[in-house]
Amino acid sequence: MTVMLAATAALLFGAGTYLLLQRKLSRIIIGLGLLTHGANVLLISAGRRGTPPIIGGSSTADFADPLPQALALTAIVITFGVTTLLLALAYRSWLLTDDDEVQDDVADRRVSTDDAVQDEVEDHQELIEWEELL
Amino acid sequence: MGGAAVTWLLPLPIVLPLLGASLSVLAGRAKGLQRTVGLVTLLASTVVSVVLLVEVDRGGTMLAVAGGHPSPMGIALVADRFAAALLVVAEVALLAVLVYAIGEPGAERNHVGFQSAYMILSAGVAGSLLTGDLFSLFVSFEMMLTASYVLLTLGGRREQVRAGMTYIIISLIASTLFVLSLALLYSATGTVNMADLADHMAVLPSGTRTAFAVLLIVVFGIKAAIFPLFFWLPDSYPTAPSPITAVFAGLLTKIGVYAMVRTQVLLFPPESRPAGLLLVLAGLTMVVGVLGAIAQDDIRRILSFTIVSQIGYMIMGLGLFTAAAIAALIFSMVHHIVVKTSLFLVAGLVEHEGGDNRLSRLGDLIRRAPVLAVMFLLAALSLAGVPPFSGFVSKLALLQAGIAEKQFVIVAVSLVVSLLTLFAMARIWTSAFWSRAEIPAPERLVSATGRRKSRSPLGMLIPTGALVAVSLTIAVAAGPIYAFCQRAAGDLLDRGAYTEQVLEP
Repeated sequence: MTVMLAATAALLFGAGTYLLLQRKLSRIIIGLGLLTHGANVLLISAGRRGTPPIIGGSSTADFADPLPQALALTAIVITFGVTTLLLALAYRSWLLTDDDEVQDDVADRRVSTDDAVQDEVEDHQELIEWEELL
Repeated sequence: MGGAAVTWLLPLPIVLPLLGASLSVLAGRAKGLQRTVGLVTLLASTVVSVVLLVEVDRGGTMLAVAGGHPSPMGIALVADRFAAALLVVAEVALLAVLVYAIGEPGAERNHVGFQSAYMILSAGVAGSLLTGDLFSLFVSFEMMLTASYVLLTLGGRREQVRAGMTYIIISLIASTLFVLSLALLYSATGTVNMADLADHMAVLPSGTRTAFAVLLIVVFGIKAAIFPLFFWLPDSYPTAPSPITAVFAGLLTKIGVYAMVRTQVLLFPPESRPAGLLLVLAGLTMVVGVLGAIAQDDIRRILSFTIVSQIGYMIMGLGLFTAAAIAALIFSMVHHIVVKTSLFLVAGLVEHEGGDNRLSRLGDLIRRAPVLAVMFLLAALSLAGVPPFSGFVSKLALLQAGIAEKQFVIVAVSLVVSLLTLFAMARIWTSAFWSRAEIPAPERLVSATGRRKSRSPLGMLIPTGALVAVSLTIAVAAGPIYAFCQRAAGDLLDRGAYTEQVLEP
């Protein structure tokens, strides 16, 4: 059973990582969903197996460890909220750009393609001309 | 175990803002009411955090366990000197930025959700500082981050949505890795209480311990923006409105550093701390950050890259793992939160005055806004570490700690990076304030008499000035503050005392 859980987590992590490396936002979000599921499965497998931990149901020695389950539940709720926000943003991004691709950082591109340097040179020439006029 | 009388104050910095956030939602579109609630809440939290600091410094580490359960079972809130000091600085920065945001004419502060998201952010920050439990640290981080997602994308402009997506996805991956490390830690030790973990860590094989240490460095390294996990920061921070960027820049990465310091120092015994790895990362973070800053044209992007480079200094303090280095690290965190927040607030004012963020479009601000120029100069010189400002004290302490440990390479690197930081700051100063504008200002900024008029509202100037004054106070009172940092570092490195105080109060 533990091996099964570990294998499931590994599969989820693998598929999630693959989807995360894509360029489409929808795939990235699904990938994130799979990744977080993988983490939750791992969290569940961290606890001891046993009977439901209800007092009076069975002896305390046979109880399953309830703490990882509570932790996983909290993690699931948090991920759910964040994923919803992410989906809303992806929709907004689709409305704004008509595309599902992850957009490039424009200011970064400008620095890396020397446009900023070019701008500075042009600005400087303008300044010199301006001073000559005065 | 001292200060038992005021233990009930411990949850207040988390509970008050959460209450404030709900009131803020209830207040709906009543702007005045929302702002009053926000200001009162943060003011109260600031007062509480100051009381906590005084009590903790007087009576030692404070502990409050939720629901009155015995210690490793209940969720523990712990305030030691390190946490209490950072809490005070964080609350002061949060309060100043809130005043600034209210004083700023613009759309964002008028958004219905702004105040409540801001309150939740402050609850998350306080929670991350005060928690004594690794899983509540995760929950507090999420509270803080989710609020930051909302604040970053408030307004929904194209640029914000693009940068916000990257930021959220990166943070969510970091959180997933955090849950993963929690799962592994729990299966190895059977606990998530930090003091209990520190005790259980000793029985693990040393390879497993080192693996956990590195895993936690990756998790918090993403949040703290250390090399090579920093790339999201200069991309996303500058797109937010200036007060929001200021609070992110001042607080969020520092909370990442705090979590890293807390986990590395407390959980792991000295022999399994990856000190060498941390020092290499620190050096690379400093260098890459400052070089990035020099390449940029936009003021906010320059400042964002210098955050990365300053984080390198803190990681250097952590990597040395001596009492002197940790004291220097705490001092530099306190200094950095104040200075960085005020620099970003000044950058927001510069945008107001000059109508642009790009150095190539700005100029001559010293004549139009001399007060602004002085505030920028004070904060920038402090950041670069010029004497007699607070940055100098923190860097001097760090360098002395480095020399004492004979880590000359990192000391040399940090000196060069200091010089380059000064260069990056001087670039902003000369092009935005000192020299003439290279491109004439747009018509709308020029008044009828031909002179450009100052447009900085007092509501923005006063909080910025107050923060700069705080940073000067840190420099003036450097002696007592540094002595306090040494006491805090002593507490941090004494792992046995911490676990004893938390587990057997």
